[in-house]
Amino acid sequence: MIQFILRRLLQVIPVFLGTTLLVYFMVFALPGDPIRALFGDRPPSEAVIAALRQQYNLDQPFWVQYGLFLKNLFTFNLGVDFTGQPIAATLGRVFPVTVMLAVEALVIQAVFGIGFGLIAGLRKGKIFDSTVLLASLVVIAIPIFVLGFVLQLVFGVYLGWAKPTVGTDVSWSTLLLPAFALALVSFAYVLRLTRASVIENSTADYVRTATAKGLSRPRVVMAHILRNSMIPVVTYLGASLGGLMGGAIVTEGIFNVPGVGQKLYQAILRSEGPTVVAIVSVLVLVFVIANLLVDLLYAWLDPRIRYEK
Amino acid sequence: MKSNQDTTHFVAPLEETPLLATDAVKTDQAPLSLWADAWRKLRRRPLFIVSAVMILVILVVAFFPGLFTQTAPNDNCQLANSDGAPSAGHPFGFTFQGCDVYARVIYGTQASVMVGVFAVIGVLIIGVTLGALAGFYGGWIDAVIARLGDIFFALPLVLGALVVTQLPFFRENKSVWTVIMIIVLLAWPQMARLTRGAVIEVRNADFITAARSLGVSRIQSLIKHVLPNALAPIIVLATMELGVFIVLEATLSFLGIGLPGSIMSWGNDISAAQSSIRTNPAVLLYPAAALSITVLSFIMLGDALRDALDPKSRQR
Amino acid sequence: MTASDVTITEAGTPANRPLLEIRDLAITFNTSNGEVNAVRNAHFTIMPGETVAIVGESGSGKSTTALAAIGLLPANGRVSGGQILLDGEDISHAPEKRMIELRGNTIGMVPQDPMSNLNPVWKIGYQVKETLRANGRPSGPEDIAKVLSEAGLPDAHRRARQYPHEFSGGMRQRALIAIGLSCQPRLLIADEPTSALDVTVQRQILDHLEGMTSELGTAVLLITHDLGLAAERADKVVVMYRGQVVESGPSLELLQNPQHPYTKRLVESAPSLASRRIQVAKEQGVQAADLLAPAAEALTADNVLQIQDLRKVYKLRQGLGKSSDFAAVDGVTFDVLRGTTTAIVGESGSGKSTVAKMVLQLEKPTDGKILFDGVDTSLLKPSELFKFRRRVQPIFQDPYGSLDPMYNIYRTIEEPLRVHKIGNKASREKKVRELLDQVALPQSTMQRYPNELSGGQRQRVAIARALALDPEVIICDEAVSALDVLVQAQVLNLLADLQSNLGLTYLFITHDLAVVRQIADHVCVMEKGRLVETGSTDDVFDAPQQEYTQALLNAIPGAKLMLPPEVA
Repeated sequence: MIQFILRRLLQVIPVFLGTTLLVYFMVFALPGDPIRALFGDRPPSEAVIAALRQQYNLDQPFWVQYGLFLKNLFTFNLGVDFTGQPIAATLGRVFPVTVMLAVEALVIQAVFGIGFGLIAGLRKGKIFDSTVLLASLVVIAIPIFVLGFVLQLVFGVYLGWAKPTVGTDVSWSTLLLPAFALALVSFAYVLRLTRASVIENSTADYVRTATAKGLSRPRVVMAHILRNSMIPVVTYLGASLGGLMGGAIVTEGIFNVPGVGQKLYQAILRSEGPTVVAIVSVLVLVFVIANLLVDLLYAWLDPRIRYEK
Repeated sequence: MKSNQDTTHFVAPLEETPLLATDAVKTDQAPLSLWADAWRKLRRRPLFIVSAVMILVILVVAFFPGLFTQTAPNDNCQLANSDGAPSAGHPFGFTFQGCDVYARVIYGTQASVMVGVFAVIGVLIIGVTLGALAGFYGGWIDAVIARLGDIFFALPLVLGALVVTQLPFFRENKSVWTVIMIIVLLAWPQMARLTRGAVIEVRNADFITAARSLGVSRIQSLIKHVLPNALAPIIVLATMELGVFIVLEATLSFLGIGLPGSIMSWGNDISAAQSSIRTNPAVLLYPAAALSITVLSFIMLGDALRDALDPKSRQR
Repeated sequence: MTASDVTITEAGTPANRPLLEIRDLAITFNTSNGEVNAVRNAHFTIMPGETVAIVGESGSGKSTTALAAIGLLPANGRVSGGQILLDGEDISHAPEKRMIELRGNTIGMVPQDPMSNLNPVWKIGYQVKETLRANGRPSGPEDIAKVLSEAGLPDAHRRARQYPHEFSGGMRQRALIAIGLSCQPRLLIADEPTSALDVTVQRQILDHLEGMTSELGTAVLLITHDLGLAAERADKVVVMYRGQVVESGPSLELLQNPQHPYTKRLVESAPSLASRRIQVAKEQGVQAADLLAPAAEALTADNVLQIQDLRKVYKLRQGLGKSSDFAAVDGVTFDVLRGTTTAIVGESGSGKSTVAKMVLQLEKPTDGKILFDGVDTSLLKPSELFKFRRRVQPIFQDPYGSLDPMYNIYRTIEEPLRVHKIGNKASREKKVRELLDQVALPQSTMQRYPNELSGGQRQRVAIARALALDPEVIICDEAVSALDVLVQAQVLNLLADLQSNLGLTYLFITHDLAVVRQIADHVCVMEKGRLVETGSTDDVFDAPQQEYTQALLNAIPGAKLMLPPEVA
């Protein structure tokens, strides 16, 4: 197991270096003055430009620039935004909100996706299954910003069950509606994946053997069918974090949640290129680490993986 | 233990159990290729028929929007009509700017469909080529392509698009083509991974070894045997991605970093409709519905294709 | 319990009442092509402690019948007629609750494929434990270890903490036997319990199973495709064909005096029995030459293939940059005489298939030489290699994998002609028709696709494709191993006919010594990459020099049966 963790760590490092290099290269190594270019037609004050030049070490050779960028990233020295506020401090304030939102969304999509997927898979071809399948296609087809608006309109405005916007009042209950909107898209994929793997595992030889041993049906379903179906689903849940981050930008914008996504959205609207790059780099770091954790969870779920050479 | 054995020797009457020729060839059915078989299954699926018809309609709307509305979408926007209710000739009402919503929905089709179709073509060219090479040749080619794919994979699509759109080149040349380029740049690894897996699965099949021992060269066996057999999952993913890319374009446009505002598109219209959502939700709902139905059609088609092309469902 | 009381009086005293009685059983499957009767009018009885074998080819309904007895028919199957009486109680439509009570402690099961029947994510000990617990037995670590060690797994405490993928195939099957017998059922259903294992392991496992069940007094329902194995292991044999029981009776009687034409054909074709017959005949002084199809007569010492000190070393990665060498083939030397059949025999991992790949020039040897017609094949230029491919052709094991599913049969057989630019379109079509005739397939097969053909038919197509270029040598890599007994015999006959008509040379790679006995002139026995014994088939079978060869020979099922020397 320890060897597996080490091996995975070794694999993650080049991926992380490559991804940050890609981001950095695109922004800073292309021809032209990157600082000027980043602002487009709304030049900021000389003081901000000077701060940025220093932040990104533009007088150094590219590799040194990149190295210092990485160092800054790991020490959370992310520079300042247009108003002169340190980005790290802003992130420190908004990050917990987004983590809450993402966790809530992840739990919603996991619980409902796996639950419905399991029932549908066990009742393959029945009415419940076909209905859920078709509904999941519809949910996949509706973009998250449409879903967000519709939920806001229906539950927030017409029915009044929840506050349509969150604002400064951040709590698990006020985040429920945006988390639900955020969860809906991946929820459909989790459901379909669970269903497919439940169907596949239901016909597996070891499930038949488990039944032949005299186990009760609930035990066969939980210990053998569902347990084994979790392996691909957990992997997908990890990968879906990337989608959650993208979705958070939209959802936080719609529901006015003071999180990372909203900061990012505002930075985009105000054309604050450097802020966008800094936040995205942090998010990529989070995504890579989260996927590493999912990999370890995966190895825990599937003992065969640990021994793979 | 053997004392209580039943020692009767039973033989079934021959007329009840006639002996048939060993391994006779069935001659009662028409021959069926994989594609013919898939087509036969598809024709019977309502999901396929509905989605295929809807896609046909959408394509016609995209290429000949003039057939569906006489109202030019931009010319006669009058602020007097701002957020106006539906009226004769304007079934969906008016936007905040006083433009006809129906006409805008019709004319917005083209941008979405173009982005979807061309982005998928781009992803197919890059993803299938790299994936097939990686899967078939293995070794260092595989390692390089796989690592490259990992790097792009670690960049979630929307986040990646955010960074790319901040680049001066994309900022200054916003158009349908830059959006397509961004999507292709960020989305090819998934196709490459799928192709690689499908190719590896086929690569080790005995019929490839048999072809090589017949004297078929490696590259020939890749083109003539491996790729045709790896095609089914690629087609399914491409169809689904068409829908996904349309959503992605709309999301980017919604965030203000996709298509320029001058191009009529559903994403732009939904973005613009935000301001009047509480007073006039119809302005948001119509383009949103058009977008969702289009995406749904492609995803449904992909789903139907997946079932029809599933090798497990084939008789043996 | 009144119901069973009534049955007791009907069936007589419990002592001579059957443990399991199948009466007029019919099983129906709902498929996309409508209802299919998988089993009709099946009937047989198993007395307490008795071993009964059901023999049949794939699709004969033998496994379906057994699964019905433990209530494990697939979701689309149902018992549509007849009764399954367990100790007098009809369980053919018993509620699931009753079946759960019975499974494990009254009816146990040992499934077919040890690789797929243990859940990969749970430790072996846990999988034993849940069985014991579900059937209300003590399930402490000691109990688990006891169950495992009784099934012949040494060091049971440690083994219980391991996962299935840390076990070899034979050990997994022992674990499955441990699970199947852990609650001391009165009836054990063993569905091809060893057909996925190497022959020597197969024998050990069956011996052990026999020992355990006779000690516990467990009745066994053994499902197998091998008549020799059935006759050797069971008191009674039930032969099934196309969903019906065609013949049943005491094993030896059935074997010596088969009545139904299907049973007769099966007795004639089963390789284990045929090889046994040859052996018996020889012991009684009958010349082998009279029994075997005469091999090509004009044998001059013309070695078409000479394999000299062949070695193949693979690098095994051991994580984090370390690697070790593994010699898959290690110093193998033998000759193949033109016009004869040379068999390479070995168990999985013996390196026999690697030798075949190297002879086909699909893998490069690490060391050593392969001479074809006296020419070192490693020195062939690409254009010469292309010509070499015309003269040496392969036939592979998996009849599902060796034909491109996208190509129809015409394109498949025509491909070699097209690749080598032989003839024009018309002459190629004529050749394809001839080839189909040669392998006894109707010419209308041309338009069909591989998925429409059976395994044997596909294998005949593969033979036709191999013959298209008029090769001199054909390498058969387990070419008949995946086929049913009768189909296997048919394909072997076809190969023999083609050999005498076309003067072909075969290099026959197989794990099945019984088949070797029927077809080969020379035998090379391989173990762990090394050649342990070579010689003429008669010499190797009559006087094996090596212990390993001896073990392989003993492992052929039916070796102890007394059979008449020749039925044909």
